Amino acid sequence: MRLRFWPVFLRNFLVWRKMIIPSLIANIAEPLMWLVAFGYGLGALVGEVQLGAQKVPYIVFLASGSICMSAMNAATFEALYSAFSRMHVQKTWDGIMNAPVRLDDVLLAEMLWAAFKAIFTATAILFVMLALGIADSWKVLLAWPILLGVGITFSCLALIFNALAKGYDFFTYYFTLFLTPMMFLSGVFFPLDNLPEGVRWVATALPLTQAVSLVRPLFMDQWPEHVLLHIGILTAYAVAAWTIALHLTRKRFKQ
Amino acid sequence: MNSAQLHCEHLSKRFGDNLVVDDLSFSLYPGECLGVIGPNGAGKTTTFRMCLGLTAPDSGCVTVFGEDMPSQALSIKSRLGVVSQFDSLDPDFSCAENLLVYGRYFGMKRADIDARIPGLLEFAALSHKADAKPGELSGGMKRRLSLARSLINDPLLLLLDEPTTGLDPQARHVMWERLQQLLQQGKSILLTTHFMDEAERLCDRLLVLDHGRMIAEGRPRDLIAAHLEPDVVEVYGGDTQALAHGPLREQAQRIEVSGDTVFFYTQTAQTLLQALAAYPGVRSLHRPANLEDLFLKLTGRQIREGA
Repeated sequence: MRLRFWPVFLRNFLVWRKMIIPSLIANIAEPLMWLVAFGYGLGALVGEVQLGAQKVPYIVFLASGSICMSAMNAATFEALYSAFSRMHVQKTWDGIMNAPVRLDDVLLAEMLWAAFKAIFTATAILFVMLALGIADSWKVLLAWPILLGVGITFSCLALIFNALAKGYDFFTYYFTLFLTPMMFLSGVFFPLDNLPEGVRWVATALPLTQAVSLVRPLFMDQWPEHVLLHIGILTAYAVAAWTIALHLTRKRFKQ
Repeated sequence: MNSAQLHCEHLSKRFGDNLVVDDLSFSLYPGECLGVIGPNGAGKTTTFRMCLGLTAPDSGCVTVFGEDMPSQALSIKSRLGVVSQFDSLDPDFSCAENLLVYGRYFGMKRADIDARIPGLLEFAALSHKADAKPGELSGGMKRRLSLARSLINDPLLLLLDEPTTGLDPQARHVMWERLQQLLQQGKSILLTTHFMDEAERLCDRLLVLDHGRMIAEGRPRDLIAAHLEPDVVEVYGGDTQALAHGPLREQAQRIEVSGDTVFFYTQTAQTLLQALAAYPGVRSLHRPANLEDLFLKLTGRQIREGA
């Protein structure tokens, strides 16, 4: 059997390869600036973070959360703005579907491509963190499959909004109502224990929280707890989001 | 018997309250160029999309190469070439890369695609632009690149949706030449167009659509002969009412008034022109009836906008 999504994935890869330098800077430099400014700047004020029974240096606390956030952002931007350009503005998808490739194949390629962008970005940041000595446990390498999971989940979620969008402006809702709260409520910048109880319940159920809960202990040279539960929740988000995105995208193209 | 390459049977499609395609049946035979003409909103593009399996008909069926669309869409599309109304070229790739990337969608091997690229660029008169990106090309070049791209899989049948819309006369003529070449190579073409000269020049057979229904079908010359008088005399600059209702009536089989122009459809053009000499100050144009006259007779002169 021929993997029909593959040439579509390869197409996106070839375009990206042409613009790798600006793309790298956008995807890696910005998260690193956050890390340096907040990690060292704010870290000097905060010192250590109380996490259960132990204390963690703020830079390690932040690094483990922000790498998940970077994966989320990379996947989201690709599956919203870039996918929308290809689908709606450039009509790339229409061209592809005149060849023997189905809409489902195109959507799968876009999803995997956005996940690839996420894992590429996260990997590059991970290497920088290892080089800076922020992370020093070999266990951080196990964060890799979790970050891929983050990429897949958030590209599926973004593709739902891609299917509904009439223009780029629509994505502002997604960022304001969904992604920004996610950034602040998933324990990236501060521990969830400090939040009021009601908000904490919501926060515990968010997809990014699952990833942070899994990745942070690895940065502290420890093993995460409730691994299957967190992976299960993240997977459930991904499967549900993919199902909805596929349904809505098919509906959009039925006209 | 079904030796048709493309066969549509009793196709209907409704969008909301609007019946866009209404019980449409037609066939396209090997080596033939079949033109679909009609005003805006006549259902051309919807029919085109149903042939590609992109829009599902409410009733009726489409068969291509004897296979059912859309259930066998992938098998059909591997032998089909498509140029849609709007260019969907990849702006980030050069002309050659556009062809390469598109060939991969057909599951073609790199070496096989590479072997075809120079010939296709030459066919599109774009050999010198192999490394240029679509943004650097003129409208005509882009359309020819789209056509070349649709040929990457060496298709038997081409579906072209308004392939020359928006092109200048030079670019249109080059496009027509290329389409003629493809027909000579034995390929079949389904073509939708707004341009009657294009339809007359390229198409062996025409379907005239209006409001989703087929209102005429046949060879361009036969259609003109069947529906129209051989000559048209257009008269401008006089009192249109007096001209249309005066003694000149006798010399025309049919008279139409549109704005300041009176159209006399006649079998006795010479007598009519002599009679016109009695009307000083009017200008006239005598010409044979063409497809455009037929089109306007069948679909009316009112403008179709917002459709």
